[in-house]
Amino acid sequence: MRMRPRWLVAIAGSAVLLLVPPFLKGYGLYLLSYWLVFVIATMGLNLTVGYAGQASLGQAAFLGIGAYCVAIVMKAGLSFWLGLPLSGVLCFVVGLALGFPALRVQAIYLAFATLGFNVAVWLVMRNEEWLTGGTSGINDVGRPGLFGLSLEGNLAYYYLILAVASLLAALLWGLLRSPWGKAFTALRDNPIRAESLGVHVQAYTLLAFAIGASYAGVAGALFASLVQFVEPTPFHVGASFTMYLMVVVGGSGTFFGPVLGAVIGVLLPEWLRFAQGWYLVAFGVAVILLMLWLPEGLLGIPDRLRARSEARDAARDAAAHPEPP
Amino acid sequence: MTAPVLKVTGLTKSYGAIRAVDGVSFDVMPGEIFGVIGPNGSGKTTMFNSVLGQIKPDAGTIELHGHDITRLSPLELNRRGVGRTFQSLQVFGKMTVRDNLLVAAQEHRGTMAGRMFAPPDNGLGARVDELLDLFRIRNVAHRRAGSLSYGQQKLVDIAMAFMSDPDLVLLDEPCAGVNPALIARIGSLLEGLNRARRRSFIVIEHNMDFVQQLCHRVMVMVEGRVLAIGTPAEIRTNKQVLDAYLGN
Repeated sequence: MRMRPRWLVAIAGSAVLLLVPPFLKGYGLYLLSYWLVFVIATMGLNLTVGYAGQASLGQAAFLGIGAYCVAIVMKAGLSFWLGLPLSGVLCFVVGLALGFPALRVQAIYLAFATLGFNVAVWLVMRNEEWLTGGTSGINDVGRPGLFGLSLEGNLAYYYLILAVASLLAALLWGLLRSPWGKAFTALRDNPIRAESLGVHVQAYTLLAFAIGASYAGVAGALFASLVQFVEPTPFHVGASFTMYLMVVVGGSGTFFGPVLGAVIGVLLPEWLRFAQGWYLVAFGVAVILLMLWLPEGLLGIPDRLRARSEARDAARDAAAHPEPP
Repeated sequence: MTAPVLKVTGLTKSYGAIRAVDGVSFDVMPGEIFGVIGPNGSGKTTMFNSVLGQIKPDAGTIELHGHDITRLSPLELNRRGVGRTFQSLQVFGKMTVRDNLLVAAQEHRGTMAGRMFAPPDNGLGARVDELLDLFRIRNVAHRRAGSLSYGQQKLVDIAMAFMSDPDLVLLDEPCAGVNPALIARIGSLLEGLNRARRRSFIVIEHNMDFVQQLCHRVMVMVEGRVLAIGTPAEIRTNKQVLDAYLGN
């Protein structure tokens, strides 16, 4: 059996993620963990935006809901292992509710509706001090243990995030290959045709939002224990735009798109820090150039090559079996 | 006496002051291929979309196997065994041909929860293979539908409508933009499917040769109304139809 190149890269990448971190210092480990958190959140957003075609600018709100959920649960003396799934479930329910506007409006109007949701959630985080601690946030969010093992250390916690990311990636892979995955894609490409074929457009739209949101919820829970301090700033609408950018730059509707997109969105600004005060300008220019050359994202390159090869096949077919005029 | 598969009575739909469909009544019998012809703007597609739940009619009733389906959505109609094709190509361009066929029938199998982690073909592999062979598109099964020629996409589009083995299929201009060789192939495919499974089809078409060879009965629509219903031979010699539509 011939293995596709992108899977070879994925296997090599997984080996690096498993074997290299013990040799990294604190900041490197933190950055890699931070990147993985965003890979999880953008995997969910990629399902909503890339596969199901629903414009969503509210992903940072779900990241925040997940983070606050685990922080509040742990402050109440309960376990992280209760908070983690609770974050996912809570975001699933809220995401389901947020999906309802998508049944009435699409495209830019839906984007604005979800953006409004993000602003509303952010204001709750900032103003409802009794629950969220307001601008002071919630300090000293702990890290969990597992079967007597402490995950307090940066390396151990990194491996927890890696394990959760791998599990969620495997679940998403299974989901996308299942009939649900095809229904999501059909919904994105042509909802009228999809409905005429028996695809329950409303149900799949709501599920695309809910599942995408639950991924961000889990990512938020991991984020809270990673930074150990939760306050509203990281969950502002700007973060939703950045996550949307990660999905598009990586390759919207491609399985590995969020992995690459999060590299651009999270790691590239750090790598550009040598430019000091200009690093964000350099980042902006890099993104503009990427979008100009590769509007379909980085993983659009293999797709372009595939389309070219398909066009060659089609031309060969047409030459071999010409259609009569 | 055999009951009709579809019975449409007094169907009416207006857009402002324009009455696009005006009191249209007809029925389609089991195993019948029923043609609908008429000049552009005669209300064929509006009638079609009203029957298919895409448009809500202002008046009239539509019955499928004796059950009122007048207000049902396209989704509910599909679940009750009504398939359709559209006037323009409506394949899912980024999916492979095989996936296009799979998605066309997968929702008819099992529960929604059960489909969540079901195998990719959801037990429909044999049915897909059957239609790939029947429509002679197996050689492009793993190509993205959007990369195919127009004619091949047309075949995929029609095959999708038959994937769930519907009782009634409505085909909106299956020959539009298609070369004569492919028109003949589509005609014989539809004839074969009709004979093999005794399914009923409604076909909107401008190609008169195609309609006359394929259809058992033909309805002529002009200005939203039914001008005549009859066998192709009757329609061909109907003076009103000749005056209003067919000419010489």
